[in-house]
Amino acid sequence: MKQIEAINDFVIKFANVNGSGSASANELFAKAILRMGVPVSPRNIFPSNIQGLPTWYEVRVSEQGWLGRRGGIDMMVAMNPQTWDADVAEIEPGGYLFYDSTRALPPSKFRDDIHVIGMPLTEICNAVYTDPRQRQLFKNIVYVGALSVLLEIEPAVIEKLFGEQYKGKEKLLASNVQALHLGRDFASEHLKAPLGIRVRRADRVGDSIFVDGNSAAALGCVYGGATVAAWYPITPSSSVAEAFQKYCGKYRVDPATGQNHYAIVQAEDEIASIGMVVGAGWNGARAFTATSGPGVSLMTEFIGLAYFAEIPVTIINVQRGGPSTGMPTRTQQADLLACAYASHGDTKHVLLFPEDPTECFEHAAAALDLADRLQTPVFVMTDLDIGMNQRLCAPFAWDEARELDRGKVMTAQELEAGRDFGRYKDVDGDGIPWRTLPGTHPTKGSYFTRGTTRNAYAQYSERGPDYIYNVERLLRKFATAATLVPQPVLRAASCKTRLGVIYFGSTSPAMHEALEVLTGQGIHLDALRLRAFPFPASVRDFLDAHDEVFVVEQNRDAQMHSLLVNELEVDPARLVRVLHFDGTPITARFIAGAITQQVHAEVVKPRSRKSREKVA
Amino acid sequence: MTYITKPRLHHPSLEANKVGYTRRDYEGKISTLCAGCGHDSISAAIIQACWELDIEPHRVAKLSGIGCSSKTPDYFLGASHGFNTVHGRMPSVLTGANLANRDLLYLGVSGDGDSASIGLGQFAHAMRRGVNMVYIVENNGVYGLTKGQFSATADRGSKSKKGVLNSDSAIDLIGMALQLGATYVGRGFSGDKAQLVPLIKGAIRHGGAAFIDVISPCVAFNNHAGSTKSYDYVREHNEAVSRIDFISSRDELTTTYAPGEVVEVEQHDGMVLRLRKLHEGYDPTHRVAAMNFVQERQAQGEVVTGLLYVEPDATDLHAALNTSARPLNALGQEALCPGVAALDRLNASLR
Ligand SMILES: Cc1ncc(C[n+]2csc(CCOP(=O)(O)OP(=O)(O)O)c2C)c(N)n1
Ligand code: SF4
Repeated sequence: MKQIEAINDFVIKFANVNGSGSASANELFAKAILRMGVPVSPRNIFPSNIQGLPTWYEVRVSEQGWLGRRGGIDMMVAMNPQTWDADVAEIEPGGYLFYDSTRALPPSKFRDDIHVIGMPLTEICNAVYTDPRQRQLFKNIVYVGALSVLLEIEPAVIEKLFGEQYKGKEKLLASNVQALHLGRDFASEHLKAPLGIRVRRADRVGDSIFVDGNSAAALGCVYGGATVAAWYPITPSSSVAEAFQKYCGKYRVDPATGQNHYAIVQAEDEIASIGMVVGAGWNGARAFTATSGPGVSLMTEFIGLAYFAEIPVTIINVQRGGPSTGMPTRTQQADLLACAYASHGDTKHVLLFPEDPTECFEHAAAALDLADRLQTPVFVMTDLDIGMNQRLCAPFAWDEARELDRGKVMTAQELEAGRDFGRYKDVDGDGIPWRTLPGTHPTKGSYFTRGTTRNAYAQYSERGPDYIYNVERLLRKFATAATLVPQPVLRAASCKTRLGVIYFGSTSPAMHEALEVLTGQGIHLDALRLRAFPFPASVRDFLDAHDEVFVVEQNRDAQMHSLLVNELEVDPARLVRVLHFDGTPITARFIAGAITQQVHAEVVKPRSRKSREKVA
Repeated sequence: MTYITKPRLHHPSLEANKVGYTRRDYEGKISTLCAGCGHDSISAAIIQACWELDIEPHRVAKLSGIGCSSKTPDYFLGASHGFNTVHGRMPSVLTGANLANRDLLYLGVSGDGDSASIGLGQFAHAMRRGVNMVYIVENNGVYGLTKGQFSATADRGSKSKKGVLNSDSAIDLIGMALQLGATYVGRGFSGDKAQLVPLIKGAIRHGGAAFIDVISPCVAFNNHAGSTKSYDYVREHNEAVSRIDFISSRDELTTTYAPGEVVEVEQHDGMVLRLRKLHEGYDPTHRVAAMNFVQERQAQGEVVTGLLYVEPDATDLHAALNTSARPLNALGQEALCPGVAALDRLNASLR
């Protein structure tokens, strides 16, 4: 029988029961490989429930450093009888199945083309532990021990990780090490090891860090100077606020007074949370909220107010599967249009698209600056895939000389000096007016903020010219935004090509791998990674420079495609949709497959330049 | 254009307060509300209270929702920043503003539609959080701005101008505020300025969530027989529990009332509220007693007014959150950004 042979290049998946304590054991497994210098990329795949139902943890091991999902499973650690059939079916031919063999299973439960490794985990644990919870918990550590033998993961590395985790808790440390060796001893004596897939020490991790996007975004809010956070719990965004709380507790308590340099409120709902952010932004504090699709829906009235009244607001939207409650614990990039045009009337909002936790950190800090600079709502559009999974990424960096950009806030001195103050007046030609903060000056600079229309001096006015001046200025401001937002990143193909591909956000790692696969097949694409909406001028240049551009995104309705067509008035026929929307993170296989198919179809039936021009 | 700026002609002999401002300095634009609307009397009471308390107008932030009542912040304190937010959601915006800068005085103005219908949730949560503010509901039992629909404070059985009978029972915001933990709760009547001004002054000096429900008849849609929010009805059924004198601690504390009928309540900042109890045995510092009293009288068709409850040593949301004394919006980079060395340590811990 064929046997998958691969060193430092395989995918292993753990099928567990939610609540069985497997999460920390599985993370331990991933981290141990990482500590051996081999890049890993784990993904939690969990349904929307608390306990008892299935949960998976998929670890991609890739010495080359591919961090996207590859597709296919080389080894399944099948710990959940409930999902057994589907789990077994997922294994690649020649792959491996590891299972708890305490209870015998009929032959029909296995496959002929995979290698089955049984280990009586329950029996071993029942013999050693008497406490039911211990029996359950240590079963996970025992299988990690066995896997370390099968895959040649160094036990010393795992022990060191235990040491870090249970520092000062010697009893826990000792019992975990014992469980690890219980698994190792059994595997060494009874199982054929090592397997065809295994780990070998390498030096490919460098100074990368291993962190999830939500923590990173929260840290970005700390560094970006956010002082007010208001939020309402919603998966997959809750851990942004929770991490912000944790970091603030660590970094933002005044050592002299013990007082907090921050305020965090768990609001009664998303409407109140954005309302608080609007109030704080109006009053000159940097404020943000974190939410997901249904929360954004509730916030839209306030988002329109913030847009029209020109108030800085930062919203971290960790996208999940929609519409409605949709797939709350699955990932998508399906809120683009809802956020870009949130609220009624003519509105347009700034969106940022971080590709990984490092950029979650950077974009969160940048969003706070941009919101103040532009006096408008700014969305950081992450998703569950980046937000809730730990990723290997570049270390966080901060320029000590960087100053928080507070934007155009007129001071009492400037007012006193007689500077003309018209709250909604475009003095600098960039569409961004000056503002004053409440309490600034006894007689100058006060104004009334409202969602109703007004003139340049903030006085209520329904006069057509006043209204048009204002809303056209807002468009001018949006054009300014295009020059201030993070610019797109170009990856040019190694040779000249008429084909391009546009992608953004969490699609990034899978895309990079797909590009290499495609190059191997002779398909060369220039790739542009969008990092923000409004689209900077270089996006149009890219579209103009290519005959055909694939737009890869994780939603059903090709929302980025729509934004490009709508905002740049590009001929839709030149944009080819590559859509992935089953709620799982997009894979390199999927992207490469979809593009190859399209390119081959075109070879059979080429689309002539002429016919395209007719469409245009 | 539906606003008119008042001419700023100052009569030299206008009396100035201790901070050098005349009453005119506390005025705003000319009201565009209907002549006789109760809301205008409330604006006048706010002006009076701020002037008498020597508050610098620009140190006030006035926020409101949407409705005739919510338009009023444009008509007083023209030198302060105002914010007309969205329908029913003033409390959250005010909460955020207050978190950003605890040094200003926050005045939230709302209507009964704004606070008891669409905004009931936000009203409730602002009260239970103890946001330091003066929250005034200008209660007329109808939606004025959208022309006469019932609001949630309209009594069951009351009749609209169009003759429709209200079949829903009324929400009593006073009862709710008491139950939710507001630390200063009063009810006034727009037609009784002598009572309303001290009530507002006490609320301004209070160090927590102060709520005042002001019955404010809508002359356009709800000032007819059959409405319990009309001028006539309130005049006939007004039952004042107390008269407050607001005395600044600088003033001499002399007792002008007969002992036993007077309660002096010292506020967090040393200010004293002197309450003359009109009802034997009424204790304005007893939350449950206040709730019972208001409910009992309400059942008799009476509108109980005055300062109904006060918690003298109340604290606020900032105290609960242990926020810095220096306003959050004034903190600089050094207080906010942990810097590169901390980031390097954090990076190291993530490997
Ligand atoms: C979301 C939303 N729904 C409805 C309205 C329409 N609306 C404007 S004011 C108002 C009612 C105001 O009533 P109240 O708060 O009692 O104030 P009043 O005008 O009586 O002083 C309504 C329903 C709105 N502005 N926004
Ligand atoms: S409609 Fe009623 S509430 Fe509105 S201004 Fe007129 S009287 Fe006042």
